Amino acid sequence: MEAYLDNSATTKPCAAAVDAMVKCMTEGYYNPSSVYKPAVEAFQQLRACRELILKALHAGDHSLVFTSGGTESNNLAILGTVGRMRGKQLVAVSAVEHPSVRESFAELERQGHEVRVIGVSEKGELDWDALSKALDDGASFVSCMQVNNETGAKLDVARLHELVNGRAIIHVDGVQGFLRVPIDLRYVDLYTLSSHKIHGPKGEGALVYRKGLRFVPRQIGGGQESGLRSGTENTPGIAGLMAAVQEMLKLGPQMQRELMQKKLHLIEAFKNAVPELLINGPEPEQAAPHIVNLSFPGVRGEVMLHALESKGVYASTGSACSSKKLKVSGVLTSMGIAPSRAEWALRFSLSPHTTIEEIDYAAQCLAELYAQLKKYARR
Amino acid sequence: MRKVLLVRYGEVFLKGANRPHFLKLLTDNVKRAVKPIGGKVWLSDSRIYVSDVEDMDECVRRVRKVFGLYSVSPAIECEKDLDVISEQCIEMMKGKRGSFKVYGKRSDKKFPMNSLEFAAELGGRILESNPHLTVDIHNPQHKLRVEIRDNCYICCEEIMAVGGLPMGSSGRAALLLSGGIDSPVAGYCMMKRGVRCCAIHFQSPPYTGELARDKVMQLAKEMAEYSGGMRVYLVPFTKCQLEIHEKCPEGLGTLITRRFMMRIAQEIAKQNECNALITGESLGQVASQTMESIVCTDAVCEMPVFRPLIGMDKTEIMDIAKRIGTYETSILPYEDCCTVFTPRHPVTKPKLDTMPKAESKLDIEALVKEAVEGTELVIVS
Repeated sequence: MEAYLDNSATTKPCAAAVDAMVKCMTEGYYNPSSVYKPAVEAFQQLRACRELILKALHAGDHSLVFTSGGTESNNLAILGTVGRMRGKQLVAVSAVEHPSVRESFAELERQGHEVRVIGVSEKGELDWDALSKALDDGASFVSCMQVNNETGAKLDVARLHELVNGRAIIHVDGVQGFLRVPIDLRYVDLYTLSSHKIHGPKGEGALVYRKGLRFVPRQIGGGQESGLRSGTENTPGIAGLMAAVQEMLKLGPQMQRELMQKKLHLIEAFKNAVPELLINGPEPEQAAPHIVNLSFPGVRGEVMLHALESKGVYASTGSACSSKKLKVSGVLTSMGIAPSRAEWALRFSLSPHTTIEEIDYAAQCLAELYAQLKKYARR
Repeated sequence: MRKVLLVRYGEVFLKGANRPHFLKLLTDNVKRAVKPIGGKVWLSDSRIYVSDVEDMDECVRRVRKVFGLYSVSPAIECEKDLDVISEQCIEMMKGKRGSFKVYGKRSDKKFPMNSLEFAAELGGRILESNPHLTVDIHNPQHKLRVEIRDNCYICCEEIMAVGGLPMGSSGRAALLLSGGIDSPVAGYCMMKRGVRCCAIHFQSPPYTGELARDKVMQLAKEMAEYSGGMRVYLVPFTKCQLEIHEKCPEGLGTLITRRFMMRIAQEIAKQNECNALITGESLGQVASQTMESIVCTDAVCEMPVFRPLIGMDKTEIMDIAKRIGTYETSILPYEDCCTVFTPRHPVTKPKLDTMPKAESKLDIEALVKEAVEGTELVIVS
């Protein structure tokens, strides 16, 4: 048996997305910038996808640019908008962001802007006082993720909006939240989303932006995507993204409740398997319904990962984008979690298609493996 | 007239009665190296020649990695007629500026002019044809070599090969390949001296992962570019490591682990007709590589253990790794079995006579046997 519990790294593309992509490549392969009928149809397909996503997000005041995924969207949102502002800026970012956000701020710092890093509590809650101080000091751009990719901690967007009160542009990285955690885009100026986290293809994503926001494009050329992102659009990727969004919407609002039930079941089952288990980050009920971060005392996360792997159970030691670097998670240590406990951490992430059987199988493997491995914990 | 690659061999020249044996090996190895690009290879008059290849750069890249060669030169082969030769020389020097010299060599004594005479004659004709050139016989910028053999060969660049002895001329040995910087270099050094190497890698799932294995296979592939293929033995090592961790003094953990690696490697080596082991140890680099530690690891081996890096500094080893192309792979960060359960304070001056007691709780024979029997073979080409 196999249990894929690493859906925050990526998800399996759904059949509808695969079909839509094949159809796009075999039949609707025309360049959306060309002017004959089939090409215009390809163009209309892009518009349909744009409208579908904006509608799904209830975004009345926004527009959308297709990108190659979360990283590019984050780069464009941060470097593109701050690059357009006059003079040196004070900008604020949470301490637990994805590397594509962190590195964008590092780049701003190199360009001479002042970056204020806002800490988080052990439960993953933003240090609102520090943020308030940054805003009082004149911060003009704020970036916080909607759902933390390692702990599932959720951002209180309404509170952020209230605190900012029009003083700064708000960017929210929604890669882990899009369609799995509700968001009110009235409170957000820039919103990043990615296709392959919702059963769409890799290499596709989008940046939703409030109309009227000005950018310096990061990619220049033929002026596609309103000049914000030149290069022929990845029409198969966009077709796949659209189909994936439709499938997610079909699951309806009860999907989020079911996901949460599955996660709570997972925690319960894992606790029965390993009573010593520790939950890192927010209370499970308070967090996103599909991500949980657990520490298995005495067993390094990487070792447990490989042991589970041998049974066909797949999890992750952190963000897949950086887990090859073999460091203790910076996100967990920023939250004030002790290095040893962070070293024992594993992230499990679910999808609407994860089954109770998979979870129970994983729990059974865990019980067996933990009993073996804890004997050999480092002295 | 056609393009050929002129291949010069090195140390094999010094061999006496068994030189033909070495030359056959060497020619076969060159043949194997160019086989994928379809060249013709032959040995004649103390040179190896490669002809009929479309992509001469690729041919050079492949042939210069064959051990036992001194240098290679892409050359033009033409008939032994002074006018034809001079025309070809003029063509090759066209557009060049600066100083030059023609080096003549005549092994066919029937050719009417001697080396000095035809070199001077060709030099004169080239000088007439290209006013941007001057002659400098002591320190020329361009060296044009004209060799009169079965045919005439003209070349203007000499690319150094890797040297050494022909692969397979010095027997077989088993290399302990960890995945770090040193062991591929150690393997390279011995392959260069004609040793055909197989690799033995120890893996400890779940403490090491698929990426560590992938890294080792990639290193083996990079080494196989020199040897034309490599057998990699993957040894399941978790059980040994866990038993050592559980039953032996902590400070001796790494050393005892090394002793087990040697025992297991030796068994695999014996089964595969290898006469020696090769390791990447460098004296004093880490606790398990001090003189005292090496005495302790050596004690479990009956066959010789070659340690070609023993007197090298890390920076020297890194330089070789960069040159031979294994460095980039070696520095990938995936954990290998050597770093699992590293003791906090390893003993640096262990005593050989304390070893039996330290290992007394282990069933050495059974552990070695189980590991050897569980070994998986992957052939890299």
